[in-house]
Amino acid sequence: MNDRPAASRIPIIKIGTHLIVPIQVDMTDQMVNDLQINVLAAIERTGARGVLIDISVLEMVDSFIGRMLSGIARMASVMDAAVVIVGMQPAVAITLVELGLEMKGIDYALNIEDGMVLLDQRLQESEA
Amino acid sequence: MIVPDHEQVLDRLPLKAEIDIVYIRQLVRQRGKEHGMGLIDQTRITTAASEVLRNMYVYAKGGETTISLVSVKGRSGLLVTCRDQGPGIRDIQLALQDGYSTVNSLGSGLPGARRLVDCLELESEVGRGTTVQLLKYLP
Repeated sequence: MNDRPAASRIPIIKIGTHLIVPIQVDMTDQMVNDLQINVLAAIERTGARGVLIDISVLEMVDSFIGRMLSGIARMASVMDAAVVIVGMQPAVAITLVELGLEMKGIDYALNIEDGMVLLDQRLQESEA
Repeated sequence: MIVPDHEQVLDRLPLKAEIDIVYIRQLVRQRGKEHGMGLIDQTRITTAASEVLRNMYVYAKGGETTISLVSVKGRSGLLVTCRDQGPGIRDIQLALQDGYSTVNSLGSGLPGARRLVDCLELESEVGRGTTVQLLKYLP
């Protein structure tokens, strides 16, 4: 099969006060669980104020992945960091709504560039 | 249950490990694509399959999936059938109800999956196992 997920973990890259999380593979549930823990650990370790999760490669977000993403956003907010999801494919957005999944507490942006601007705004708002 | 007028089995796949959920859902998408399904419908049936496969893995520790090209009432479609020999479902109506789950997973899985396909059929016998069929018509 194409795109068999590697056993590797999802990278978490620190840029300034933000973390960039590019999800590049169709994740197993274990990878999804690990991602949540690793992102929160990275926030604690780096003191990051914003997390940008790029899901542009994901061809599907089911209820498990959706709940994980909204869980990361809620937990990060408790740790005083904002989360922005970027690059959701239109077919994924349609399917998520039809699935009936409410992903509360998440901000969305079209691409990484817009997502960074949104995170900077959130940071300024919280400091104002 | 959906009884097709004609069925051509494309794939018969065991679900034994968690990674098989990923492998099978990717193959469902590929089969849909090969048979003319549009991107949004591919995503719908792939997502629905992922929900059902996860249930099968979590509750029954595994099972078997077949992907078939079928004809139902004169229309062709892609049928995904997931069979397990797990504990079965005591109350099917409840399992298909929004917000219900026995493992505290918020329960959007099965009712959500049902909204994504043209037909979802569920048959279960307590102590024997569960079969879930997902049908998406082809354009």
